[in-house]
Parts: sequence; structure tokens; C-alpha cells
Amino acid sequence: MFGWLERNPFFFAVGVFVVIAFAGLIEILPDFAQQSRPLVGTKPYTVLELAGRQVYIKDSCNACHSQLIRPFKSETDRYGMYSLSGEYAYDRPFLWGSKRTGPDLHRVGNYRTTDWHENHMWDPTSVVPGSIMPAYKHMFKNDTDIETAYAEALTVKKVFNVPYDTDIDGDGKIDVPLGSYEEAVENAKKQAAEIVAQMKNQDVKDAFKNGQIKEIVALIAYLNRLK
Amino acid sequence: MQHNPAVEYDYTVAKWFSYLTILFGILGMGVGVLIAFQLAFPELNYIFGEYSLFSRLRPIHTNVVAYGFTVSGIFATWYYVGQRVLKVSMAESKFLMTIGKVHFWIYFITALLAVVSLLFRVTTSKEYAQFEWPLDILVVVLWVLWGVSIFGLIGIRREKTLYISLWYYIAAFLAVAMLYLFNNMEVPTRLVTGYGSWLHSVSWYAGTNDAMVQWWFGHNAVAFVFTTPIIAMIYYFLPKESGQPVYSYKLSLLSFWGLMFVYLWAGGHHLIYSTVPDWMQTMGSIFSVVLILPSWGSALNMLLTMKGEWNQLKENPLIKFMVLASTFYMLSTLEGPIQSIKSVNALAHFTDWIPGHVHDGTLGWVGFMIIAALMHMAPRFYKREIYSKKLLEMQFWLQTTGIVLYFSSMWIAGITQGMMWRAVDQYGNLAYSFIDTVTVLHPYYTLRAIGGLMYFIGLFMWAYNFYKTMTASKAIEKEPQFASPMAA
Repeated sequence: MFGWLERNPFFFAVGVFVVIAFAGLIEILPDFAQQSRPLVGTKPYTVLELAGRQVYIKDSCNACHSQLIRPFKSETDRYGMYSLSGEYAYDRPFLWGSKRTGPDLHRVGNYRTTDWHENHMWDPTSVVPGSIMPAYKHMFKNDTDIETAYAEALTVKKVFNVPYDTDIDGDGKIDVPLGSYEEAVENAKKQAAEIVAQMKNQDVKDAFKNGQIKEIVALIAYLNRLK
Repeated sequence: MQHNPAVEYDYTVAKWFSYLTILFGILGMGVGVLIAFQLAFPELNYIFGEYSLFSRLRPIHTNVVAYGFTVSGIFATWYYVGQRVLKVSMAESKFLMTIGKVHFWIYFITALLAVVSLLFRVTTSKEYAQFEWPLDILVVVLWVLWGVSIFGLIGIRREKTLYISLWYYIAAFLAVAMLYLFNNMEVPTRLVTGYGSWLHSVSWYAGTNDAMVQWWFGHNAVAFVFTTPIIAMIYYFLPKESGQPVYSYKLSLLSFWGLMFVYLWAGGHHLIYSTVPDWMQTMGSIFSVVLILPSWGSALNMLLTMKGEWNQLKENPLIKFMVLASTFYMLSTLEGPIQSIKSVNALAHFTDWIPGHVHDGTLGWVGFMIIAALMHMAPRFYKREIYSKKLLEMQFWLQTTGIVLYFSSMWIAGITQGMMWRAVDQYGNLAYSFIDTVTVLHPYYTLRAIGGLMYFIGLFMWAYNFYKTMTASKAIEKEPQFASPMAA
């Protein structure tokens, strides 16, 4: 049979493809519906948090930091409760990472503050002596792309039914409002104002008064959200 | 079957891709050396301002090496090997010649855009699949063109039976097509909403599903970019260079179909102790161990091809490169399964042992095989001797030492890191803070960078040797049958 296949390239290719595709069918498909179910209490990201998540992605923070706490005592002692599948239901893409050159960040919002993140991004060794992480000063200069973050939120709402503008927990209030673009910008500014108030960097504060939200503000909003 | 000794093969496209292989090899590994030094000496992060931060360069390093260096090498050898084992020249078909050239230029443009876009922070963040959707479309186009070239050439072949190398090229083409398409399913946000950047997209999958698809892709990109096509190369170039027939046809059958069936299951081993279902993690783990069989099957088949001819190892540096490549392949495919065992994975995952493992495979197996393939082709391309055997020998030893420094330092670093993360004192409290596990690695990071630098210097020797072969070496009258002729 193999000799015959080697003289008939078409059937050879079909054979190879079937053999290759088999594992994917069996391993990946069955769990799709189940694994994307959100854990109770998990809410979609606000537009500002999404913008921060985009900054995190743009600078490939996931090259050095994981967001996946494994169920070992050494990890739960160090980072907190181990990660559950349903917590990632709104993570597109997932950001588990594959290497910990720096520590895990999945629950960093529980034990680091706005202030700490600000110092850390400006000069990592000022808060962690011996750190080999570089400074990310350009985040204090660049403006946040709120519009693209809004586009992402609206896309996942429309295409994947992510529950924006919805009462998720049944308390009669909308949990994560999205609304129109103008409303989204207003909401992002409201959330940004709280973070900017806790920051020290005068340039970031001045820029915010002039209506600009710097990338660092969005990134901190995202990092504070990781709990 | 009719044998036509007068076929004049056309190496135009093969040559072009060879130049790119060298160019991207130097670029990608140059960035690799820089980021290796950055981990030991963080000030180096700022040499080009924000554009040289580690996190920004790391994806550039992986992409340029995987899709620049390796894939160029694959295409270069395809456009050489394909013609020869099918006994048909590209010059015979205007259509296929045009396809080959268009393939090259689209590939080149895509590669340049990829580097630029990563430098300017346009990324989806999925490892080895960072390109945003417009680039993904270009990748699909160039891949389809490669497919047309493969099946087109097969369509007009004179040799009826497909040689082993072809099996592997076909498999690489099909599998990468499937994997790439599924993993890069994404929705461009501007098209849906009319807001924001044109370049941005959002993944079709969320959370755990996204992770499953990503590592199903990520692991098998290793299988079908770093393994399958490289096996295609060794199955052609080692028997050719040594003048020995492939040791066993049955073994090659067994290892080919075995590899095809088993490899795809193993992706789950990237997700052990994550939130994917337990049965999947276990499957990933078990199949990774099973994977030793087909992997070692091919490697042993190659090593046994040298049976009775081991003296060639002393005489011919190209044989040295290829035999050591096989050996590194065996090392790497033993190490991977060991790391996939759950208890070992608990220690090894997230540590430097993993980049160590990747690099004994990529530098030793992929790098050495591509280096040897290009040096085997060069005398046939230009009808000249290889410029310098001595230089090739020096390159071999320099790079081999570099690889050994690289993986041994990373083994120690990774295991140290893993042990320190889990160490507890007599009261059961964690013994070290995270930063302790970072600072302790400094000497190993330095050693690794030096190892990488040695390999990198070797690349320049290779490039120089290739260039001199092309321009200044002694002409040969007729094509060498087996061992590539070389000047002292």
C-alpha cells in the first residue's frame, strides 16, 4: 500500500492530511464549548482596561511574565489562588506566557498598587533591586489608543456575545457599560481619573488635564484589574 | 521509468532563497545574541531606545530565525532537491518558474513587513504567530504558491516514485497550512466596527480554548517547520554527500507515518498543570514519550547510513555537520519527552531549561543541517569547489562548543530556578523571593550569551565561505557525484 501511495501523490497527500488532522479533531474540538464558560463573577474588561491590555500585548510583557498560577503550594503561597479556566473567558488572546523571567501576574492586582506599578515601569530597580527588567518610559509619553480598544470591545460584543451593557449578576444594574464611542471615552476618562490621582508623574497628570490618557494609565488599570 | 541524464536543473530560485537564508540567519541570530546579553547586562536594553527593549526584540528573534532563516532554508533546498529527485528541471516549465519567482518576492516582502511591524509593536502576542491579519493573509498567499510549486513539479515529474524527502516536504506544506489557518483565525476590529486601527484584530478563540489552539499550533510548528522539512533535507543530503544508500526503507516508512500520527497529539505538553482538561494534559504527556520512537527512527536511520563509512566523518566537514545534527536531534527528542513527564514538567515549565531545550534542537539540528545543505549545494550552484575546508572545520568546532555552552548553562539555570521557586524553609515558608531566583542566574546568562556569540561568529565564517565559493573558488568541470570538492 505504501509503495502505491508513493506513486500517487494526490492520495499520498490526502493520507498524510488525514493522519495529521486526526489528533486535532479528537483533542481540541470536544472541549470548546465547555472551556469558554465564564466563572461566576467574571466580568468583561472595561475599555480602559482593554486599552491597557493592548499596551501589555504591544510591548510583549508576556515574553517574560506568565498569567497562569499552577496548583502547587509554592505558587499559591507566592501568587495567590491557582488559576481557573472560567477566569479567562474574556481573554482574547490568552496571555499565559511560556517563560517566567519575571514573576507571574495573574493576581498582581491583589498585592501591588498603582504607585508601585508607576515606579516599576519608570525604573524597575527602584522597587525591585537587582531586577533585570528594562524601564518602559515610553509608556509615559505615548497616548492610549482608546478608539481601538473600543473597537475591540464592540467587536467581541457583536461577534462573540461578550456581555457588555448587560446585567450579568442580576442585581438590576448594568455591570460593564460600553454604549456609544463617546460614552465609552467618558467612562474611560472617569476610570483613568482615579488612577491618575494616585500617580506622581506630573507630565501624565498634566496630559490628563488636557484630555489625554497616557499608555501607562491604561496599563495600570489593566494590571490593577488582575485579581 | 525513463532516466534522462541530460536534465539541466535551474537553480535560480534556490540560489535566491539561499542568500536569504544566510541574511536572515545573521539578522535573527544577531538579535538573539543581543537579547541573550541583555538578560545578563540589562543596560544593553537601551542601545536603540525603546526599539531595543528585550520584550520587543524577543519576538523578532524567534520570528526571523523560524520564518526567516529556517523557512528560507526549507524553500532553498526544496527548489534544489525537488527538481533533482523528480528528475525534472524548472526551466522546462515557464509557469513553475514564474510561480517560483513570485513565491520568492512575496516571501521577501512579507518577511520585511513582519520585521517592521514587530518593531513597531504590531503583534497579536501569540508565540510564533504574532503577525496581524494583513500579514497572515500574505503568509497564506506565499504558502499556497509553495504548494503550487510542489504539486506542479510533481505533476510534470519523470521519476514515478516520490523519494522520502518529498514525503516530508509535502507533510510540512499540508500541516503548516492547517495549523496556521486555524491558529490565526481572528476578527479585524475595524472591519466590524469602523473604529480604531486597521491593523488590530481579536482572536477567534478565548482563554483556555485559545491556549489549546495556540499550543496545538506552537508545538506542531516545531514539528512541521523545525523537524519535518529538516528531515527532508537530511534524507537527501546525507546519502548524497556520503555516497551511501539510506540504511533502511522500512525504518523510513515507519518513522514517517509514525511521526505524522503522533506529533500532533503532543501539543498538550505545553499546558501541563494549566486549566486545560486533565485528560488532554495526560495525552500530551504520553504521546510526547511515544514520540521518541519515530524521532529516533529517522535519526538512527541516518546515523546507520554511515555504517562502515565512519572514516568520512574525519575527512569531510559536511558529514560532521550532518552527523552531529542527527545526534542533536536525538538529544533534543529525548529531552523533550523527559520535560513532558508531569513531575519533571512541574519543575521545568516556565524556566530557562525550556529555551535550553529549544536551542539544542534549533542550533544543533536545524542550524547545522541548513548550513551543511547550503554548502553541499554551493559547488553545484556555481560549479566551483567549496572555498575552504579549514574554515568549515573551524566553524564546526566553534559552533559546536557554542551549542554545548548554551544548553549546559541553560540546564543548570533552569533547574536552579525551578528548585529555588519551590524551596521552603523548616517552617514550610518559601525560602526565596522571586528576585533571588533572577539574580542567581547572572553567570549562566553570561555563559549562554557567550555560547550564542560563538555560534553567531560561525555564521559569518559560513557566509564568507559561501561567498568565496560563489566568486573566487577553483572551477570544477563536471558536477561532483558525491562528496563536495573542497579546497584545503
